[in-house]
Amino acid sequence: MGELITIIFGAIFINNFVLSRFLGLCPFLGVSRKVETALGMGMAVIFVMGMTALVTWPIEQYLLIQYNLQYLRTIVFILVIAALVQFVELVVRKISPALYQALGIYLPLITTNCAVLGVAILNINLGYNLLEAVVFSVAAAAGFTMAMLIMAGIRERLDLSFVPGHLKGISLGLIMTGILSLAFSGFKGML
Amino acid sequence: MSALKALTNGFKEIPPLRLVLGLCPTLAVTGLAQNGLGMGLSATAVLIGSNLVISALRNFMPDKIRIPCFIVVIATFVSIVDMSLNAFLPALHAQLGIFVPLIVVNCIILGRAEAFASKNGILSSIADGIGVGLSFTFALTVLGSIRELLGAGTIFGVNVMGAAYQPFKVFGFPPGAFIALGLMMALYNMLAKKYKLG
Repeated sequence: MGELITIIFGAIFINNFVLSRFLGLCPFLGVSRKVETALGMGMAVIFVMGMTALVTWPIEQYLLIQYNLQYLRTIVFILVIAALVQFVELVVRKISPALYQALGIYLPLITTNCAVLGVAILNINLGYNLLEAVVFSVAAAAGFTMAMLIMAGIRERLDLSFVPGHLKGISLGLIMTGILSLAFSGFKGML
Repeated sequence: MSALKALTNGFKEIPPLRLVLGLCPTLAVTGLAQNGLGMGLSATAVLIGSNLVISALRNFMPDKIRIPCFIVVIATFVSIVDMSLNAFLPALHAQLGIFVPLIVVNCIILGRAEAFASKNGILSSIADGIGVGLSFTFALTVLGSIRELLGAGTIFGVNVMGAAYQPFKVFGFPPGAFIALGLMMALYNMLAKKYKLG
């Protein structure tokens, strides 16, 4: 149990996917303009990343390692993720049209979110077992959502303030992320 | 479009700065100039290969499933680059780590496949791959040099600031990466406006 708490805390605060591992920056900067859209994207990512861990881990252990096919890992994982996102989209549309409406275009966009493929590969590299892998993935996605919500809050405030012309948009967004990342690096000594 | 024109047009895109694509590897591997160069060249190799194959197959791919087709082609070249780096440059491979397989989801490569290679001939697609790839490499190397210079006082491992220099350690770490790229983008915006680029 203590092990799992360490993993959760580490994935959310210390090695936050966006702020310290540089994964999933495109959606982070792309959809962090409003708090609601950031939340929608975050929920979709949590769901897909948990599912990804659940599916890719057994594939790696029982298929790729079993038959000595690790060199196919990148291709297999990206295909599995693409198919999974497609599948999740179909299921969500059928079961809960309201949730489907809320997630909107964020679901298909997740295929090209490098955090998803990243978490699948990290699970293997870090040598987690299935439970640890799923917990780590969900926690990492929660950390991603948290960073995106903080950023969305900051950007909503920034809309009302004066910003020098050349810094407008992504440029200032990156500098804000840098300061946020600096703040989060304060958690480093905790574990 | 002639091949030469495709090359120069490709170079003008400067992916991370002007198109704001491919940010994850741009930030993650540029702690040292050498890693930025390595990452840029790996992505260029993948881009040239995938542009070549996708352009050659463009008339055979059904329109509806073209994106999965692109991804399979790109993933194949990424695996080739991953294994070659591991075999010939293991030190660089270890430094780039997870970001080598993640070239698959680099939006620049899928973007060029969709916007250029699936519509143009083989020769100009290769030229486009070289142009965009080199401009990506250029941006990564410049950012890597700036961060290495400020963070450690060296460029490509050569000490340029002298022994008395107190490095800004933060530029070697994630926060410095964000701030350096943000400032670089602002500088690019300013210059682009001044010289009417794009």
